[in-house]
Amino acid sequence: MLSVLIACHDCDLLQYKIALAPGSSARCVRCSATLYRRPRHRIDYPIAWAITAVALFIIANAFPVLSLQIQGRETSTTLLGAALTMQDQGMPLVAALVLGTTVIAPALGLVAMLYVLIPLRFGRLMPGFVALTRLLQTIAPWAMIEVFVLGLLVSLVKLQHLATVIPGIGLWAFIALMLTSVAATATYDPHLIWQHIADLDTADDIV
Amino acid sequence: MARQLGLVACHVCALVCHLTDPSRSAHCPRCAAKLHRRKPQSVARTWALLLTACVLYVPANWLPIMHTGSLFGAQSDTIISGIRYLWESGAYDLAVIVFIASIVVPLAKLIALSLLLISVQIHWTWQPLQRTRLYRALELVGKWSMLDIYVVALLATLVHFQAVASITVGSGAIAFGAVVVLTMLAALSFDPRLIWDTTETDG
Repeated sequence: MLSVLIACHDCDLLQYKIALAPGSSARCVRCSATLYRRPRHRIDYPIAWAITAVALFIIANAFPVLSLQIQGRETSTTLLGAALTMQDQGMPLVAALVLGTTVIAPALGLVAMLYVLIPLRFGRLMPGFVALTRLLQTIAPWAMIEVFVLGLLVSLVKLQHLATVIPGIGLWAFIALMLTSVAATATYDPHLIWQHIADLDTADDIV
Repeated sequence: MARQLGLVACHVCALVCHLTDPSRSAHCPRCAAKLHRRKPQSVARTWALLLTACVLYVPANWLPIMHTGSLFGAQSDTIISGIRYLWESGAYDLAVIVFIASIVVPLAKLIALSLLLISVQIHWTWQPLQRTRLYRALELVGKWSMLDIYVVALLATLVHFQAVASITVGSGAIAFGAVVVLTMLAALSFDPRLIWDTTETDG
């Protein structure tokens, strides 16, 4: 009954849901907001992308992103190192902002996504998955890997006037992480999760 | 409109639910989230966050975000003087990127959100589609203002060669970071459905 309807999140227009062809998305007829999508591939795809992203996340944070050479002396930094410097220079708020948007939010997002999706793939729901779905929604705007990557490139060009700059393994890992996180979120649609759960429920009813 | 039929979409799982008496609290039958017809106190909250961001916008641009010490003396840079330095040293593309991310985007957000709020408060019915598009654009570009914070953090970490050159963060970075966070929170607490509410009451 009501589950055949959808209300646009941007303009509240009530519309009937329609079945979509794989790879297409439904848009609001009045304000053209994207209402829901049907990804081309199964739930396996966001899981695969998210696992790749976790591996890249570890590499990106473990290795230096940039190194600088002046007169035979070299300094290098990881992302955590940059956040710690902010702390040391008496700017704990800036440190928290950098850490929160580039480490904590993306990491929480990936872990929450895998925690919800992997058991669902095998037809199970983990305890607390509703809270995690909501968490995913809340933190999504605060994960800023792509902005940090642009920040890395801007710093690289700025420092070239001053000294020899060497891009580190961390920089490349961050670029790859940016692409895989985008792929993970692009193939994942929260509406699909609820659809999946509804399908599981009806399957149980039949059995 | 869902509202006129006593229906509301759950903000977590998007299920359309009955909400006949909005004064009583109701929960989504599927995911148990609290149901709201519109984001609670959207206009008041957005104004509060926006005005705080406006106040902090002044120190964010006035105070230096970066101190540079080198053999040639000490220098303090605000956001604008940093951009001017980039431009004068010939890095035009970089200067334009930083100018857009640090000056244009925050300012555009402050102005556009104020316009949206005023348009909702005076029950404007003009061009709801364009105003919704404006809101979507704001949500999309908001985070890019964080660029300068990351750049300053990276420069301050890498450049510390005692006598030759060293960079430290200035207090403007706190104010600027606060402006970015506050404008993002303001955009998140604004409910675009309010734009459409006024267009439908007479229809």
